[in-house]
Amino acid sequence: MAESVVHTEDTHSPEGGDPNRRDFIYIAAGAAAVGAGAMIAWPLINQMNPAADTLALASIEFDLTKVQEGQQVVIKWQGKPVFVRYRTPAELQKVIADDQAPDLKQPQTDAERTKPGHEKYLVVIGSCTHLGCVPTFGAGDYGGWFCPCHGSHYDASGRIRKGPAPLNLVVPDYDYLSDTRVKIG
Amino acid sequence: MSDHESTYVPKTGVEKWLDTRLPIIRFGADYMSLPTPRNLNYWWTFGGILALCLMTQIVTGIVLAMHYTPSVDLAFASVERIMRDVNGGWLIRYVHANGASMFFIAVYLHMLRGLYYGSYKAPREMIWIIGCVIFFLMIATAFLGYVLPWGQMSFWGAEVITNLIGAIPVLGEPILIWLRGGPAIDNATLNRFFSLHYLLPFAILGCVVLHLWALHAAGQNNPVGILIPKDREKKDMLPFHPYFTVKDGFAIILFLILFAIFVFYQPNALGHADNYIPANPLVTPAQIVPEWYMLPFYAILRAIPDKFGGVVAMFSAIGVLFVLPWLDTSKVRSMRYRPTMRTFFIIFLVVGFGLGWCGGQLPDAPVLGSFKTFTLVDGDLNSYLWLTRVLTAYYFIFFLIIMPLVGLKEQPLPIPATISEPVLTGADAVEQKG
Repeated sequence: MAESVVHTEDTHSPEGGDPNRRDFIYIAAGAAAVGAGAMIAWPLINQMNPAADTLALASIEFDLTKVQEGQQVVIKWQGKPVFVRYRTPAELQKVIADDQAPDLKQPQTDAERTKPGHEKYLVVIGSCTHLGCVPTFGAGDYGGWFCPCHGSHYDASGRIRKGPAPLNLVVPDYDYLSDTRVKIG
Repeated sequence: MSDHESTYVPKTGVEKWLDTRLPIIRFGADYMSLPTPRNLNYWWTFGGILALCLMTQIVTGIVLAMHYTPSVDLAFASVERIMRDVNGGWLIRYVHANGASMFFIAVYLHMLRGLYYGSYKAPREMIWIIGCVIFFLMIATAFLGYVLPWGQMSFWGAEVITNLIGAIPVLGEPILIWLRGGPAIDNATLNRFFSLHYLLPFAILGCVVLHLWALHAAGQNNPVGILIPKDREKKDMLPFHPYFTVKDGFAIILFLILFAIFVFYQPNALGHADNYIPANPLVTPAQIVPEWYMLPFYAILRAIPDKFGGVVAMFSAIGVLFVLPWLDTSKVRSMRYRPTMRTFFIIFLVVGFGLGWCGGQLPDAPVLGSFKTFTLVDGDLNSYLWLTRVLTAYYFIFFLIIMPLVGLKEQPLPIPATISEPVLTGADAVEQKG
């Protein structure tokens, strides 16, 4: 082995000219070590992603007759609160009138946030899109919700109107199983 | 100082035997006889105090882990059991909880000492940078630990802080889910936070070893800020023991008195009452505030109207400390000889306290009285929002503009050639308070 070292030094250009076989071996070995490191690291990183049982709790069903007009019910879905709000005709009229309001940060019409034929029910995830607090029902300047943490105001369609939150309250994937039953998730 | 000659002479046969095999006694003896600048004042005692704090947290923490259960259903009850049923559990938990606050009091004073006396300047950049790493790890550890009792503040603090990561464009959401181990803060989150809260203090301990290694390679700074010439070492230096072990020891006793006052008379003064309510994912407390030691950074976060911008500003507030050695253009270390810079430093202190105060208030609340002035952009001028913004601006201007500029423009006072000169000529008397 020692002899081969002497030989390669002879052929190796000190100015960093042509790569020789030894350079190739260095690079190949280094690349293999990095690849092996990444393969070992991946399961250690991936174990922190949601486990199978956590992902299995993906959907729930809810009976809409439990919500009275003008009120909301908070249900827990995937560890997060979901607001199911039965809006009064006055609230509904106001949010539809505000569909083109200039202060909407994320312009959306109320119709885009509800299901056709079920406009009086609003289903949104009850986490403020700023930093995840649960907004207070019926408070704030727009009659929807007010987030006590950093002062975001939402209207009765869950749209952000004022404050640091960047987005409207998120509408989860849900479907009507019947007129009074929804499946969330 | 790294070339400090060993004066240790092994006496007994056992010591001689050990000295050729594992010179650990020599290592300790050399450490204790290390030449130390004789003019170090009490601001230099926080290193020892911080070592004590770290050991206190590790020892009480290991004991608490023997009784704590990291599960969303049992965590809160297990902490209450520690408080009520475990022998002396209340004491151990109060020492651990207040110990975190004491640790931060000491670390802030230690950092301000470094800032005032220019301890971060060449050749001590690495000491400072490792110190910043320790500070960052301390914040992370304290945050993780605060989640463990699984009270309302624990839960919602975790919710808000992990959501900061969600503000990162594109990658934020997958990283957030990865970090929490699910779509929301839940059992998986609590378990990993417990694991990491146990791990990080040992990472801090490792960094402390590097911090001390760097300190002994570059040598200690001193209130005058000059490098002590080799030929003056005999006159200007004293062995660490007994001169500074005694000085540190006295400071530690005073510090422990303060510590004990909190533990025995005001154990919950620095905490938040809402954390004695079990975590409820469906109800947010009326006001979420972090622990006092994070309030200035929390204030900076809220000062920026944009979500991601706020996160960037908050991390920049810590990040800027890392490059401090290259932002300060002055060759003079100690601010004793930099009157202009000292004025800006005092304003910085006031701003720091101000940010802490603002971080604990509702952003829309008025600062003075209860009247409205006029609305500027998105908030009333007489609100904590705008006060916080002004203070945040100064925080960054201090580091990014004042530091480089004042260093180039100012006329520093004459610097003494030796550390004994100001004492002998009486020039030190003017500036005793340091």
